[in-house]
Amino acid sequence: MTTTTARATIGLLARKELHDALRNRWFVLYTVIFAVLSLALSWIGLAGGQLYGLAGFGRTTASLINLIMLIVPLMGLTLGALSLALEREQGTLLYVLAQPVVPAEVLLGKLLGLATALTAALSIGFGLSGLLLAWRGNTMGLGAYLGLFGLTILLALLSLSLGLLFSSALPRTATALGSALFAWLLLVFLGDLGLLGSALVLRIPVEQLFTLSLLNPLQVFKIAAILLLRSDLQVLGPAGQYAMHTYGMRLLPLSVGVLLLWSLLPLLPAYLFFRRRGAL
Amino acid sequence: MALLTIEHLTKRFGTVTVLQDVSCTVAPGESVALWGPNGAGKTTLLRCVLGVLPFEGTIRIDDLDVRRQGKQARRLVGFVPQEVTFYPTLTVGETAAFFARLRGLDPEEARRRLAQVALDDRLNQPVRTLSGGQRQRLALALALLGDPPLLLLDEPTASLDVRSRAEFMSHLQTLLDQGKTLLFSTHRFEEVEHLARRVLLLENGRLEADTTPGTLARRLFPETTHYRLRLHLPEAQRPEALQALRAHGFEVWMNGHGLEVRVPADEKAAPLLLLSRAGFEVTDFELHA
Repeated sequence: MTTTTARATIGLLARKELHDALRNRWFVLYTVIFAVLSLALSWIGLAGGQLYGLAGFGRTTASLINLIMLIVPLMGLTLGALSLALEREQGTLLYVLAQPVVPAEVLLGKLLGLATALTAALSIGFGLSGLLLAWRGNTMGLGAYLGLFGLTILLALLSLSLGLLFSSALPRTATALGSALFAWLLLVFLGDLGLLGSALVLRIPVEQLFTLSLLNPLQVFKIAAILLLRSDLQVLGPAGQYAMHTYGMRLLPLSVGVLLLWSLLPLLPAYLFFRRRGAL
Repeated sequence: MALLTIEHLTKRFGTVTVLQDVSCTVAPGESVALWGPNGAGKTTLLRCVLGVLPFEGTIRIDDLDVRRQGKQARRLVGFVPQEVTFYPTLTVGETAAFFARLRGLDPEEARRRLAQVALDDRLNQPVRTLSGGQRQRLALALALLGDPPLLLLDEPTASLDVRSRAEFMSHLQTLLDQGKTLLFSTHRFEEVEHLARRVLLLENGRLEADTTPGTLARRLFPETTHYRLRLHLPEAQRPEALQALRAHGFEVWMNGHGLEVRVPADEKAAPLLLLSRAGFEVTDFELHA
């Protein structure tokens, strides 16, 4: 009797997922949009640099943060939400699970394949912008730019994990996708507004406001990204100043740790839901 | 020793009990039909045996616990679902190679299995362009990867036309002759008669009877004195065959597929024998109550 190791099975499923993602119209659209907007921001950054004498990579990094916070979670959440739910609805998941595989291998294969696809998409955007800046001879702030690339991959991963959680827990593609879009709205818009509103109405102390902001991974990403650029958080107001005062230089590794935790935590309930729900 | 052992299988979806305390065994080389109305639990039972649904009770395949040793147990099983859906972006060859690798097999083995079901000439054809019958044959080829002893088939001919169904049944008969064990669900009594040695009768999630096709026939058609025998013949032979049967006193008429004959319950094979002896090519038949 032949046997396959878990690693070989996960690798095979990941390659299949990558193959599918590269043929997914949504994925291609996101990749193109991200690449075009990154290039546009770099171009604008270069033009601004000539006018005001600011450095190319540093300015582009700052401009990219908002773009990343808007697009990357959308990419990860929707791709993750579609993955299992769509296959469940089409019936292909039942067929895969009827093979000598276990649910954990299927889930990890999907995660790995989609994470690779997302990394490739982000590399295209960052790579093209980087090439443009390097071509124009602006290499100042390259370290922060590369750091932001790493943080963006983490953000994509955690969005993907959240998307997979929706996909494993909810039976229908439409429900999973709807929930993912709602989560995106919550993270991108309501997170900021909700915190601001709550702070005003409930008169939340600054330390609690900072702790609350850590519940939103996008805020954590923003903190880490700003720290890469400026080494302080004055732009975030009192909460930022409190964070710098309390955690100092530990804040960047702490933020990265929180992002990593956000990437891994949703996978456990995703696995439990997937194992319980199976192909249905 | 039984190849498949099911003990006290119960499956609930929320508050609805779909299978209740089902126990049975299937011996190596046996062909067992799951019979019952829609919602009786046939598909759920097959999915529990595959281990793709959580359940209460115990299911063992060749003494491997499906719940605890699912991966090893599924190596012994080939599965053909009712409606086969493959990855639409892959070709026949890529699909077969993917599932072969998933079983740790050389893709060359996939090619051999495709040849077994006469699909080896369609390696580069996208699976989305296959007909229903071809898709079902592809599913059968994939189910045979790794030469598993047990085949689970969930109404495998439900979406097929008469010709594809006949071809598929012929493949199954060959596999049965080769010693494979079949557990299949169906709504067609002729498939039970043709393939099954035993019938598990499910009703409302309970195993009502573990019986034979003959007993099932008497249970299904207790008062039937006559059957409708549908005969498939080449179009050119139909008028003559019609005349031949009428000349022997059979009530017979033509339909889109061939001839339909009203036959007494104790002479069901008589028209077949008559036409065969007269040199007509009867390619297939179906029996209806």
